[in-house]
Amino acid sequence: MVATREGRPAASERRRRPARPLTRRQRENRAGLAYLSPTFVVVLVVVVVPILWTILLAFQRLRLINIRRTGLFGDFTLRNFEYVFTSPGFWSSLWTTLVYTVGGTAFSILFGLVAALALRKRFPGRTLVRASVLLPYVAPVVAVTFVWEIMLSPQFGVANDWGTRFLGWDRPIAFLSQREYSLWGIDIPLALITVIAFEAWRYFPFAFLFILARLQAVPRDLEEAAVVDGAAPTQLFRHILLPQLGAVIALLSVLRFIMTFNKFDDVWLLTGGGAGTQVASVRVYDFLTSRLDIGAAAAQGLVLAAVLVILLVVYLKFFAPREDES
Amino acid sequence: MDRATFETRLFGVLRWVVIAVLVVVTLFPFYYMVLLSIRPIEAVLQEPGSLWAGPAEWTVSTYREVLGSVDSGGQGFVRLILNTFLVAASATILTLLVSIPGSYAVSRLRFVGRRQVHFLFLAVYLFPAILLAIPLFTVFTRLGLRGSLAGLVVVYIAQTIPVSIYMLRNYLSTIPESLEEAAAMDGYTRLQTLRKVILPLAAPAVMANALYVFMIAWNEYLFALLFLVENRQNWTVSLGLAQLAGGIEVSKTVLMAGSVVLTLPIVIIFFATERLLTEGLTAGADKG
Repeated sequence: MVATREGRPAASERRRRPARPLTRRQRENRAGLAYLSPTFVVVLVVVVVPILWTILLAFQRLRLINIRRTGLFGDFTLRNFEYVFTSPGFWSSLWTTLVYTVGGTAFSILFGLVAALALRKRFPGRTLVRASVLLPYVAPVVAVTFVWEIMLSPQFGVANDWGTRFLGWDRPIAFLSQREYSLWGIDIPLALITVIAFEAWRYFPFAFLFILARLQAVPRDLEEAAVVDGAAPTQLFRHILLPQLGAVIALLSVLRFIMTFNKFDDVWLLTGGGAGTQVASVRVYDFLTSRLDIGAAAAQGLVLAAVLVILLVVYLKFFAPREDES
Repeated sequence: MDRATFETRLFGVLRWVVIAVLVVVTLFPFYYMVLLSIRPIEAVLQEPGSLWAGPAEWTVSTYREVLGSVDSGGQGFVRLILNTFLVAASATILTLLVSIPGSYAVSRLRFVGRRQVHFLFLAVYLFPAILLAIPLFTVFTRLGLRGSLAGLVVVYIAQTIPVSIYMLRNYLSTIPESLEEAAAMDGYTRLQTLRKVILPLAAPAVMANALYVFMIAWNEYLFALLFLVENRQNWTVSLGLAQLAGGIEVSKTVLMAGSVVLTLPIVIIFFATERLLTEGLTAGADKG
């Protein structure tokens, strides 16, 4: 009895020795990992694993019909990539995506900047104006694309009705279904410009919000000193505000670029990808749903992600504002 | 008149022009949506450019068609509203349950891999959402989750976690650490500190976050289309509306009534909480 009593603590002592009390640092490490683990699990299961799986799919010839029966691994081949690169419309689709992304990003930030500058100073009703400016961003995409579609409709849209009545258009313009439009003798990609305009309309509030928040944190005294020195508003903007806004505009550019590059619903709902607006993610969807070609869809999507990564790396390496500047 | 005076006057005027244009450009489509939803279709076809409809012309038949049950010849949108609400509310609650501890860890605790977490989040947005759809589609089919609202909720959680953690982290980093040290002195465990000290202080940010996630989930279209389209019972409003538009001969005014039904809850929530939401969204952004 006594022996066992003496024996037990000794044994448990030996067992416990490797797990001596954790240091504060170790406990913090454990807690950090524990608190982040639900996030990690969700992102892993719903995002990372599917992406890896998609990479495997991209190297196999697979149709939607037989995916349920096939396992993860099959005959690996590069045929999908060959198909993606050589199929008609690949390069034009990539070009369309780029134009759409750059246009949508640039105009949404530009309009956001103008709006933020205009709404910077207080005036009666400012809160209400600010809230309504944010509406395009918070409203459901399906609802706003439908309104745009109807407003721009050649048959019963208000835009064409007013255009023919007051602006002297000869005939209604099919904004969303006409590929080229001759304006003063120059062909412009009409449908593409319309979806870019939509993108700018829907996302300028996002840029506006961030730029306004930054503007309001710019110290007043600097500006007041410049005003006393007789600086004009454009000079104030150029030399005092713009340097302060550089970092937030750079951040917005990257964020908007990534989001717009992968955008699907807006274009899909507005034009269905027709009339020269087939951006790459709509193309992935087409591969998937109309041709039921999983392999090609996955390959096309990977190519898209690769292009995005290359563009981002180039940007971060050569163009991103350095940390020490901000 | 020197340059400064000239410009000050010029921009003084331009500012009001810009404000007026902004209000018109952003509000007009919504006004037009409501207007068309209460005008009879014949009137719209006759006078597409009219921007006003007298009360005599108003009709609620469009709304009756949208909200009426399928049995009575309507589109049964009441059910879709309930579905959407259920999905958005569960996605919101679950996202917060995951992202509150997550953001606390990212903002406060030093752990192995803390600096690499961002790459994980980047993965969520770097790949087109539709790419995730293929494997998820297969897995959900096998698990019997396809066509169910639960599957959709899981996807929404993953899609909103990064932005949610990012927003919360920015806010949490503004809470002084000395508060936590004081709590630790009082014998609080880390979890107690998070629940009883940090959470009450971060309540505005958490609330803003909840609203933001709710809006994203309420508005989402692509995944609803991919996962639910075969199961009409579980359609969300966005999906139902898009299917309605693609279907046979539904008049545009009915579509607009559906759009109003889809948009109104969001607009109400947004105007009720605008301040909270914008401040929560941009917390930390003013630090450049």
